[in-house]
Amino acid sequence: MKVTVTVNGQERSAEVEPRLLLVHLLREKLRLTGTHVGCDTTSCGACTVLLDGTPVKSCTMFAVQAEGREVTTVEGLAAAGTLHPIQEGFKEEHGLQCGFCTPGMLLASKALLEENPDPTEEEIRWALSGNLCRCTGYQNIVNAVQWTARKLQSDSAATGAS
Amino acid sequence: MKPPVFEYHRPGSVAEALDVLAQTGHDGKVLAGGQSLVPLLNMRLAAPAHLVDVNWLGELDQVPCDAGGVRVGALARHARVEHDPGAAEAVPLLGQAIGDIAHTTVRNRGTVVGSLVHADPAAELPAVLVLLGGTMELASAGNRPRRVAAADFFVGPLESALRPGELATAAHFPRPPAGSGSAWVELARRHGDYAVCGVGVLVALDQGLRVSSARAALISVGPVPVPVDLTDALAGQPHDAADWAAAGRLAAAAVDPEDDIHASAAYRRHLAGVLTARAARSAAAAAASRLEASA
Ligand SMILES: Cc1cc2nc3c(=O)[nH]c(=O)nc-3n(C[C@H](O)[C@H](O)[C@H](O)COP(=O)(O)OP(=O)(O)OC[C@H]3O[C@@H](n4cnc5c(N)ncnc54)[C@H](O)[C@@H]3O)c2cc1C
Ligand code: FES
Ligand code: FES
Repeated sequence: MKVTVTVNGQERSAEVEPRLLLVHLLREKLRLTGTHVGCDTTSCGACTVLLDGTPVKSCTMFAVQAEGREVTTVEGLAAAGTLHPIQEGFKEEHGLQCGFCTPGMLLASKALLEENPDPTEEEIRWALSGNLCRCTGYQNIVNAVQWTARKLQSDSAATGAS
Repeated sequence: MKPPVFEYHRPGSVAEALDVLAQTGHDGKVLAGGQSLVPLLNMRLAAPAHLVDVNWLGELDQVPCDAGGVRVGALARHARVEHDPGAAEAVPLLGQAIGDIAHTTVRNRGTVVGSLVHADPAAELPAVLVLLGGTMELASAGNRPRRVAAADFFVGPLESALRPGELATAAHFPRPPAGSGSAWVELARRHGDYAVCGVGVLVALDQGLRVSSARAALISVGPVPVPVDLTDALAGQPHDAADWAAAGRLAAAAVDPEDDIHASAAYRRHLAGVLTARAARSAAAAAASRLEASA
């Protein structure tokens, strides 16, 4: 079956079996290996991508279900070699160690900040509770999201003032 | 490849979906949000020959609210219903309970109706439907749609009254009577896990802010949600000083939990009492503030 998906702004097509999971379309057919697979049973959140801007687990839908939709993966965050603010935040606050959970964490955090630009610590922890990290103990991930929230706010204040 | 082979169907209308379901019968399964079904396929615990993907049926993505309550269409996802202002006003318990379902990412895909049909004994929404006396709307090709009351819909663990060939098109959650308030309380081991025990309570107050009736529905303490009438423990008592512990004792006595790896039966029974007492107190407080706001 043919599927056409806009991935990181680019239209991509592939011939797939209906049972192919979206994450495997991304990793194996499109060679976008930034999206990780931790459990493929909807538990860990490593495979989180944005579907039309909303975070979903790409191991829990079939590639054919993304027909005609927009998918954003971690590869789509940096623009022209410049890190996305959420990536900068994880870098500044050491929000990662092995990096396995990081692509999912970045996308879930980005979606949170778009919906809620000034989240409390509790709100950050709730929003990321579907994403497991075995290394960091989460504290620095929360710090990274807070860093990014402050940065985005000061950036927009600066643009507003100029 | 993780999931077993299946034939994929993408109907463009409810009528077409019903035709495919009629043709595939026992071998066909509806694919809604996939948040329960896809992990089961990935673990190869299920292997339906046909999947009927209803995610393209925009006509089912509706949450109309009226004086009678909220009708949640089969494609309305948890996240949407949780944040729907009309639904929050008409049936506050719906949003209160959905907030405890899984994580944001799962709520972004999973549907309210899918959760009801899935009939997990640890799921919140079956208890909400039972507590409010709601109904399911079930459609099949060539037949008039049938409505099944919540009390008859949940048959056993992961077993509902849905028949092969049927599509659940909507669930109707009735608006609780004026002067009532609700609360959902549960205990889970981690954020977003299924509850070790959970309870929804609906309390109605009279004009003097005394309890006129109260009832509960509990999850994870039986094969299906367990409804318990708490009126005998609370009737006639002030909304802020009733014998909540007595309501808890009624609930603890009504449930018959089993031991499993997460908790012993005795602990679950203890929780049933404590959580029911807490939920009843909050529901009464919510009822009082609603009454005071409307006065
Ligand atoms: C990590 C995790 C944690 C979770 N925690 C909770 C929790 O705490 N509480 C909770 O309640 N749930 C929880 N869930 C389950 C979640 O709520 C699911 O979304 C829900 O149970 C199923 O809804 P769905 O739309 O995803 O259905 P699907 O997975 O698509 O389908 C589930 C079943 O229902 C059938 N079905 C679905 N819709 C229809 C329909 N319209 N007509 C006929 N048959 C239909 C399917 O054929 C299938 O058998 C969790 C899931 C995950 C992955
Ligand atoms: S790989 Fe998708 S949730 Fe773990
Ligand atoms: S950084 Fe290693 S799993 Fe999160």
